[in-house]
Amino acid sequence: MRNTRRPGQHDGVTRRALLTTTLGAAALTLAPGRARGQESPPADTTKRWGRLPNALGARSPAENPKRTLNLPTSSRTPLQDLHGTVTPSDLHYERHHAGLPVVDPRAYRLLVHGMVDRPLTFTLDDVKRFPAVTRTCFLECSGNFFGTREETTPQDVCGLTSQSEWTGVMLSTIFNEAGAQRAATWFLAEGQDAAVMTRSIPIKEALGEAMLVYAQNGEALRPEQGYPVRLLLPGIEGNASVKWLRRMKLSDQPFMTREETSKYTDPLADGTARQFSLVMDARSVITSPAYPQTIEKGFVEVRGIAWSGRGLVRRVEISTDGGRTWKPAALQQPVLPKAHTRFRYEWEWDGRPTEIVSRAVDETGYVQPDMSALRSARGRRTRYHLNPVTGWTIAADGRVRFAVERVRV
Amino acid sequence: MKRVLIIIATVFLVTALAMAQTPSKRLGIGSPATPEQVAALDIDVRPDGAGLPPGGGTAREGANVYAQKCAACHGATGEGGTADPLVGSQPADTAPFGPDYERWRNNRPDVPFTIGNYWPYATTIFDYVRRAMPASAPGSLTADETYALTAWLLAGNGVIADTAVMNADTLPRVRMPARTRFVPDSRKGGSEVK
Repeated sequence: MRNTRRPGQHDGVTRRALLTTTLGAAALTLAPGRARGQESPPADTTKRWGRLPNALGARSPAENPKRTLNLPTSSRTPLQDLHGTVTPSDLHYERHHAGLPVVDPRAYRLLVHGMVDRPLTFTLDDVKRFPAVTRTCFLECSGNFFGTREETTPQDVCGLTSQSEWTGVMLSTIFNEAGAQRAATWFLAEGQDAAVMTRSIPIKEALGEAMLVYAQNGEALRPEQGYPVRLLLPGIEGNASVKWLRRMKLSDQPFMTREETSKYTDPLADGTARQFSLVMDARSVITSPAYPQTIEKGFVEVRGIAWSGRGLVRRVEISTDGGRTWKPAALQQPVLPKAHTRFRYEWEWDGRPTEIVSRAVDETGYVQPDMSALRSARGRRTRYHLNPVTGWTIAADGRVRFAVERVRV
Repeated sequence: MKRVLIIIATVFLVTALAMAQTPSKRLGIGSPATPEQVAALDIDVRPDGAGLPPGGGTAREGANVYAQKCAACHGATGEGGTADPLVGSQPADTAPFGPDYERWRNNRPDVPFTIGNYWPYATTIFDYVRRAMPASAPGSLTADETYALTAWLLAGNGVIADTAVMNADTLPRVRMPARTRFVPDSRKGGSEVK
């Protein structure tokens, strides 16, 4: 099958590469600590010692997954290059409102004030002293849909979602420490980037699951994910999980910041605009086969991820005939709430042109809608929370392209 | 026997509820925040005006600040620059409003979202401009400059008069054209697409 080939992969070993490798081996013998990974593997790896252990690992030089920069303010996760459900931290999508602040962990302070009995500041060590909790969940920007061309990859379609295992302290623990008052119904979360990005969060909705996290996939947060501490709101649009968190202020009303009024709101056909539309509805995407792959007749495993901000993905349905008939995909266990769920579907392609499509169903019974259903429910002006069913067309020659017609309205 | 079980279950349930509602004890982590520490960071402004500083300004004063610090990105008149357009209120009083996203994503621009046609609270302008603008020097504007710019933006959108002074008293009382349009999220999962 050709569909596992990626640009940049090596087919064979050239004479030059062999020479370089030999020189590399010599360098290894002389100075093992300074040996670098070579461009091409040797023809027979059993005839010479390889590199000795080192302090920091790196990917195989043959693997080259990259975030893409479709817009200057965001980068997208290469969903088509990932296999399980965890996004490697350096491939987690980014969306910054004023670039990436460099925060000194020794100078870091978190202020909790407003409607609390005890306004407090916490150092990073303070935050880490609290009882810790670990949770795996997805984050997704609510502006996570693109698709106007056939030459569109899964990364382009919805690469503004990623998944990590996060560790930190429950927000309720912090609120308890500061003595949150009963009348407090909202809190402001403020970052220390140059936008001093703020969102108002409803306490009742958030407090059960919200965390302040300082670790991602086992190590400290990446700077682009809010180092040293970020808010984490499972299932809720990523913008509200404020990064580089410097302040939380409890209040009895929302603050109506720019990001929850002029942005991240959804104008509807009736002239109203939906506000605090926080939960990410269920969604799925086939990550393979997908553009720019070419497949061959015969066995093809259709693979992808599905997720819902409302809880568990109950099932994922696959159509291999352009949406006429649907069959259940297998879900990789364990299925976690508000988490990317890997699905797979074994398919025999008969070589005839068709379209493969996926749709997710979550534990509330919500069925991922077609774009036409979203547009008839909301009109044409919403740009956030677009989670339409998407598919890939397969031509007779095996070329896979994004099914543009499916999302055109 | 059945009654005993019910009693035991009830006692268990009440205990569990009580435990869930009783705040756990403090762990003694963190330091009391001093009023100075709070004041240094407490920059937010609410729709009721809480957080607005002393000072004030008019659109005429704001025009100078705008020309010097904002026009390079937002355009000389508040539109046509590389950054978001700030003025242009059409269609302020017709529904629907804001751009047609389907046109936008197919590179066919429509009416933009502006302060005049979309921002529901005037206080948000002050809060956002003071914390994040101008992009070349965020957080550098004085309170008077911020009030003056806010006034210029409101006047440019036809919301207030050129001569109106914006300050901690007047700004929260400005009624924005889009104020009544915002509604809570009605999505709640289940079979209905919303």
